[in-house]
Amino acid sequence: MLLNPIIRLGRGSIFLGKTLAGIPQLFVRFGLVIKQLYSVGVQTLLITLVAGLFVGMVLALQLHYTLSTFGAEDTLGLLVALSLVRELGPVVAALLFAGRAGSALTAEIGLMKATEQLSGLEMMAVDPIQRIIAPRFLAGFLSMPLLAAIFSAVGILGGYMVGVDLLGVDAGAFWSQIQAKVDFYEDVMNGIIKSFVFGFIVSWIAVFEGYDCIPTSEGVARATTRTVVHSSLAVLGMDFVLTAIMFN
Amino acid sequence: MFRSIEVSVGIFVGIGLAALFFLAMQASNLSSMSSEGFYEITARFDNIGGLKVRSAVKVAGVKVGQVGKIDYDSNSFEALVTMQVDEKYNRFPRDTIASIFTSGLLGEQYVGLEPGGDEKLLEHQSEISHTQSAMVLEQVIGQFLFSKASDSGGSGNDAPF
Repeated sequence: MLLNPIIRLGRGSIFLGKTLAGIPQLFVRFGLVIKQLYSVGVQTLLITLVAGLFVGMVLALQLHYTLSTFGAEDTLGLLVALSLVRELGPVVAALLFAGRAGSALTAEIGLMKATEQLSGLEMMAVDPIQRIIAPRFLAGFLSMPLLAAIFSAVGILGGYMVGVDLLGVDAGAFWSQIQAKVDFYEDVMNGIIKSFVFGFIVSWIAVFEGYDCIPTSEGVARATTRTVVHSSLAVLGMDFVLTAIMFN
Repeated sequence: MFRSIEVSVGIFVGIGLAALFFLAMQASNLSSMSSEGFYEITARFDNIGGLKVRSAVKVAGVKVGQVGKIDYDSNSFEALVTMQVDEKYNRFPRDTIASIFTSGLLGEQYVGLEPGGDEKLLEHQSEISHTQSAMVLEQVIGQFLFSKASDSGGSGNDAPF
């Protein structure tokens, strides 16, 4: 019972090693990655845009309520931008990514396994890890920072819409506070590093759960659930660790 | 089919990079960090208060540069502040006064330069000799209470006002 998670962790690490070893060959056939960028990145784009916009708008609304009691509405833009760039952008985008793209990856790979397409590839002397897993993993790893950056940028614009257009914060103060206090390396760069880490973790969990699932319809369903649950928890836990390291 | 995938991936990556560019240029201080030429002036202060590296340097309220380095001189027990002033504003008289101000009651601290009337100009890496330290709120309140106490005659009452 207790041994089971340890065994899975070991299997997952070996699997990750094989996947990473398969990545260099992908640059010869980058078309495979482009195709996966479409199903992993592009199809997550819409949900990221909408969610980012609403998160930014709600942040502005809530913060304005508290800030106005101190007469500090001018710092609204700064607070919205900092919380998005440092925390909410990478984390919420990663959670959405796990729910939208991670689950799809697991289900797809699991179904390939259940219908014996993976063993079919092996039969033809094509390494399924290199051909199926590695492009999906790389596409997830590459799309995550882009999605997080889009989330943050759209969120700031949403905060601007609510803060400036609706609640009457001065537009100049909104931007100048942001530009004065948000540091590119300290804040923006660390947020991007975070999203790279999250992309790595979520993609790893998603492709491993799919590859390792029990090849039945129930097994695929379970693996998909596990992907979402485990990668969400991993993202939140890693976020705490990374924040403690970066911003101590 | 494959073509349309390429187009949409291109759009996706384009939007992503545009968002990154937006975060870099519009939503952070990267654009205000001028990499062009600047010239350095140093000044010594008894107390710099809450001044930090990259705090603003202002003349007549206009930002002309930033604080580049803050050191402590253990010989004179003073803070040594190096300011990086934009090259195009390099005409400051020798008797310019550097003071540390606070924007607003609780805002950021910055270095304010007040040009004097000297004909000679400050050169690169020269030092401003007239400085005024930061106001520390506790000291100001302390002085206020002290002067109040002495105003009321110091008649022996222990109440400050």
